[in-house]
Amino acid sequence: MTEGTANGTARGNALRERLSDFVSQLAAAGALIVVFAFLSFASPDFLTADNLFNIGSQTAVVAVIAVGMTLVIITAGIDLSVGSVAALAGVMGALLMSSYGLPMPLAALGGTLVGAACGLTNGLLVSVAGLNPFIATLGMLSVARGIVYIATDAQSVFGLPDSFRLLGQGVVAGGIPIPVVIILVVAIAGYVVLSRTKLGRYAYAMGSNLEAARLSGIPIRRYLTSVYVISGALAGFGGMIAASRVASGQPNYGIGLELDVIAAAVIGGASLFGGQGTVVGTLIGAFLIALIRNGAVLLNVNTFYQQVIIGVIIWIAVFWDQYRRRKLASASE
Amino acid sequence: MPSKTEVGTQEPVVRLKDVSKEFPGVLAVDGVDLDILPGEVHVVAGENGAGKSTLMKLLSQVERPSRGTVEISGDPVEYHGPGHAQHLGVAMVYQEFALAPDLSVAENLYLGREPGRFGFVNRGKEMEEAGSLLRRVGLNVRPGSLVAGLTVAEMQRVEIAKALAIDAKVVIMDEPTATLAEKEIEDLFGVINALTDDGIAILYISHRLDEIFRIADRVTVMRDGKIVDTLPVSELDEDKLVRLMVGREISNLYPKPEVEIGDVLLRVKGVSRGEKLRDCTFEVRTGEVLGFAGLVGAGRTELARAVFGADRVDGGSVELEGRTLKIKKPQDAIEAGIGYLTEDRKGEGLALQLGVDQNITLANLPMTRGLISLKEEGEIARRRRDQLNIRTPSIRRRVQVLSGGNQQKVVVARWLETEARVLFFDEPARGIDVGAKAEMFGLIGDLAKEGRGVVVISSYLPELLNMCDRILVMREGEVAGVIGREEFSEERVIALATGTEEAA
Ligand SMILES: Nc1ncnc2c1ncn2[C@@H]1O[C@H](COP(=O)(O)OP(=O)(O)OP(=O)(O)O)[C@@H](O)[C@H]1O
Ligand SMILES: [Mg+2]
Repeated sequence: MTEGTANGTARGNALRERLSDFVSQLAAAGALIVVFAFLSFASPDFLTADNLFNIGSQTAVVAVIAVGMTLVIITAGIDLSVGSVAALAGVMGALLMSSYGLPMPLAALGGTLVGAACGLTNGLLVSVAGLNPFIATLGMLSVARGIVYIATDAQSVFGLPDSFRLLGQGVVAGGIPIPVVIILVVAIAGYVVLSRTKLGRYAYAMGSNLEAARLSGIPIRRYLTSVYVISGALAGFGGMIAASRVASGQPNYGIGLELDVIAAAVIGGASLFGGQGTVVGTLIGAFLIALIRNGAVLLNVNTFYQQVIIGVIIWIAVFWDQYRRRKLASASE
Repeated sequence: MPSKTEVGTQEPVVRLKDVSKEFPGVLAVDGVDLDILPGEVHVVAGENGAGKSTLMKLLSQVERPSRGTVEISGDPVEYHGPGHAQHLGVAMVYQEFALAPDLSVAENLYLGREPGRFGFVNRGKEMEEAGSLLRRVGLNVRPGSLVAGLTVAEMQRVEIAKALAIDAKVVIMDEPTATLAEKEIEDLFGVINALTDDGIAILYISHRLDEIFRIADRVTVMRDGKIVDTLPVSELDEDKLVRLMVGREISNLYPKPEVEIGDVLLRVKGVSRGEKLRDCTFEVRTGEVLGFAGLVGAGRTELARAVFGADRVDGGSVELEGRTLKIKKPQDAIEAGIGYLTEDRKGEGLALQLGVDQNITLANLPMTRGLISLKEEGEIARRRRDQLNIRTPSIRRRVQVLSGGNQQKVVVARWLETEARVLFFDEPARGIDVGAKAEMFGLIGDLAKEGRGVVVISSYLPELLNMCDRILVMREGEVAGVIGREEFSEERVIALATGTEEAA
């Protein structure tokens, strides 16, 4: 291999690198297609516009939160608090409307900000106080849920304006559900952040080698904190969508939600060791989980089996991913 | 040194026949035939990316050959992974990362093969045998002490003892002296001699010519995955070896341009940090190359890190072009125009999972309207790749799979991108081949010529004596003295470094 020839084939090689990035998501994408095809045959109710839009709406909460989670996981962190934070945001947003009469958009913004505030706390605990992300967000999982119960006395918040339903149940442009539009917007934004902004690039760098990132002059604290703020804000926003879908603020919402969210990211190729993960992969993961849930209902499969199937898929996806990586790049030197 | 082995009269312990290894886009090892004889020190030399480490990995079964056969003691071996290779008597001396830091030395030596029965470990026996192994490798630590408390050199010795514990016939050492001090290198050579006296073959990779001529019995030179030649060291001299490695003459290993030295660029005053640094003062002028010399642990790296803001300091001031800087973190130093190229590139330099391009631009991302310009990033990366001759099939390749020397060049490229006024190079030549060394020193000369200030930290004195305008010698956290070029001599540096001469 000489540099002379290297230049000629550089383009081809760059293409191949890109292709191999893409192939890494192929396992999850392949699984998605297989499940989709299977359900199309197995159930007449599956391939209908209604059902597909329904899946889209159902996936919105997990997908939106999972985009934030992907960012956190890329930095070699984790955010266990998203379920509690979603509930807190949903309840607070609902209270803003029912008790303070705020209009829907402001309340949605309020819920998102509540989430961002939780995220800020997480971020400061991790980057300034130096707590392990697992511990910091485990604490927040408990704190946020506690505040929900204190604020609501464990009672659901009703009496919300009809306009609030728009967020989780509305449609635009001839029947496309608003949640589906939200997924698209958040995903595109997430994609741009990860691939084209300093925040995204630094997230990969910090997750890959924190010390190298620091010595390269990256303001570690600021960016690490930002990542948790984004995750918290998206959890808050996801909580508002969820509240809108049931037209109420539910204190018990989102218990265990973090597991689906983390599963979506991991199935999509995010590595808990940091440095790896993509928005496209995470979306595929989120939809795969949603399809399995939906298919199980349509085919009258005992819901307990869903859990088993999803767990097995996590194993397979991660195993395949690691196997591929090991082949591609067995640790050099 | 007379050859200890009678070449040609013995059965080889290892025989490689037409072995190849292909990675996506790279034929790393290409049709290699090689015999290793018992009791010889066999050096494998060659440029960065020539395939030396990969060849060793094929032998130690860390990687599976794409083609060809490996024979050990005359029998062809199947590929079953590193454990199998160890079982057959092939041991690889890794650096610290292959040991479990929270276990004792003895526990590490017998990890996976604990003496005893029914799942119980016979601790007494373990300690006793460990003790005798440690004596064989000349290591003076108690078998019960924790690995976490050992120095790098001691850990390496434990690794060698581990090879003895499995009765290795071949011990592979990939750039074992890269992180050792001169004295430790001497000791290592002593151990190597003892092992070869017992009939153990040593496979040794190094980029340091002086070392090669000191310990080799035979030398195999690789280039582009192929073996160029295998020769007894007696038939080689430095020029011939370099020619075999790089395929051309290198007239001057230390090209130093004539540079007009200007005003004071960087002035560091009274920097202190606990016991590590005491009241260190120095200055760097425009166009000047200043060397930091001293024994390992004298505080050279600490001083550079302190100026760069990588570690907190107790006191002292840093001035750049007359302005006093407030440096609390590396970011401040970089923004002011100071760069620091770390000595440990894997641990502190590279984001291994990111691409070559992304690593090069990490400290100075090309932005347009708030977004990273991928086009410009690609151009920057390609330009630096060509300039520094970084060998990679594509600029998007993860740096993890680059050869050691090429990884080093990626870090250098990153700092060149920052346009820093003062650059600290911590052991810049470590792990890179002769050709690249000459290029690296040429580059340092060019940087000085552009009017920047360069500080070079090196444990290898000839580098400093040839490249620098002045040498600052450190001892036990203090500046022991500064020597100007006209007074340069190895003796003076060593005298200052060891404290046998007081600063003038
Ligand atoms: N796991 C891998 N995947 C892809 N390419 C690899 C892998 N390991 C090594 N290579 C490539 O194979 C070639 C040979 O690498 P190797 O590490 O053997 O070189 P080397 O001779 O040890 O170089 P150095 O002196 O710089 O350590 C290089 O081009 C390197 O990029
Ligand atoms: Mg190597």
